[in-house]
Amino acid sequence: MKRIFITLAFLVCGQVAAADSMRMAVTTSFENSGLADVLLPAIKEDLDLEVQLLVVGTGQALRLGEAGDVEAILVHSKAAEEAFVAAGHGTYRREIMYNDFVVVGPVADGAGIADATSAADALTRIAQTQAPFVSRGDDSGTHKAERALWAAAGVDPEAAGTWYRSVGAGMGAALNTASGLNAYVLSDRASWLNFGNKSGLGLLYSGDPALFNQYAFLPVNPDKHAHVRNDLAMQLENWLTSPQAAELIDGYTIEGEALFVFNAVAE
Amino acid sequence: MIEILEGLKAAFQLVVGFDAELWEISLRSLRVTLSALVIASVIAIPLGTYLAVQRFRFRRFVISLINALMGLPPVVVGLVVYILLSRSGPFGVLDLLFTPTAMIIAQVIIITPVIASIAHQSMRELWAEYHDLLISLNTSKRQRILTLIYDGRRNLLTAALAGFGRAIGEVGAIMIVGGNIDHVTRVLTTAIALETGKGDFALALGLGFVLIGIAILVNIAIHSLSRTEREGRW
Repeated sequence: MKRIFITLAFLVCGQVAAADSMRMAVTTSFENSGLADVLLPAIKEDLDLEVQLLVVGTGQALRLGEAGDVEAILVHSKAAEEAFVAAGHGTYRREIMYNDFVVVGPVADGAGIADATSAADALTRIAQTQAPFVSRGDDSGTHKAERALWAAAGVDPEAAGTWYRSVGAGMGAALNTASGLNAYVLSDRASWLNFGNKSGLGLLYSGDPALFNQYAFLPVNPDKHAHVRNDLAMQLENWLTSPQAAELIDGYTIEGEALFVFNAVAE
Repeated sequence: MIEILEGLKAAFQLVVGFDAELWEISLRSLRVTLSALVIASVIAIPLGTYLAVQRFRFRRFVISLINALMGLPPVVVGLVVYILLSRSGPFGVLDLLFTPTAMIIAQVIIITPVIASIAHQSMRELWAEYHDLLISLNTSKRQRILTLIYDGRRNLLTAALAGFGRAIGEVGAIMIVGGNIDHVTRVLTTAIALETGKGDFALALGLGFVLIGIAILVNIAIHSLSRTEREGRW
């Protein structure tokens, strides 16, 4: 018995020493795209700043910012972000980069969306054929974009029937579900390209300006939360809008395809 | 089916290649779970024994409550701990959210009822056996509890291992309070959830097999350290 406790004591002791670190809530699509693995080491090297990522949906990211549990957030839902800043939870929003949403579905394309004239038209075709469609359903940026597209298509999917499956999960989990159900799903391009379980699914529709997907950086308001390290958030913002970040973001490719386009405006 | 083989292969490569990241998250898994186990045992074992020895008015109610709490949904525990530790919550000043400590707190809440309940079951039987002897020796309550704990230590070990099993495989609560931050709070279970999300099933399964392997190793290690299942002892 004593020996167990001695062994345990060794295992339990030993805490990691922390350098300068800040927390940032980001969307699942940012992390699943793999871009974080490129940017974070560069930030660590240039600023000697350890950025701890909390990978959640945009809805939860905004909640974390509101509660002051993170220093900054990087999300992609303009209306929700503006409401966040208007309510005083964030100081401002600064656009960093963009990519686009794509409609992914079974390669056989039963609803025939590949030659749709617009994103709304593609969704209308899915609704008409009642082809299974997987929705994020988690109030994330992608989910908000999807709802806007359904509204543009004049379809109320919540009332539509069993072909509309709301999974309430992250981008990767939703793609896994779509793969299992042979269903259509709206994804951001980066998550799709970096997704490992594509079996039977293909990129069927993209290119409509309505599918534009802007990512923005919002520092959490230090006036509301005195403990928030706003200085670190500022350092990070300066880095994210620097030419070096531009080079890394624009240069990040998967299978020869660029995933993000840097569009931060110098101050 | 092929994916399970791929998973076994990935597990083999990770272990044989001494993958640095795998070591890091495995050790963190162990540290968090074993810390939670020690704290939960210190609370639960005396509590379970006390409930076996002492008769009091709400005893039945307390026992039922502890049995019911064995089924606590981890996600709810995680959410409650999150709200309490959040910067805008009552314990926000401690700055514990998204640290391993927060994960330990959540796991202690989840496994304490498990250990207390199983400990109580076995202590009750032991107490039936020891009752007359300990009463006739005119022992104090404290002495009775300590005697039961010492003589029932093998059973208590089983109770603790059940708690360990529940904690090491837990993902719902520690995902919420830990946040699955790379190099800070990422453990085996949250890493598995992450890789599944990325659609990398082989790596996710590989990590899963590593987790199962660790659980087996810990069980064997604890049994051999405490010299149970040996000839001439029980």
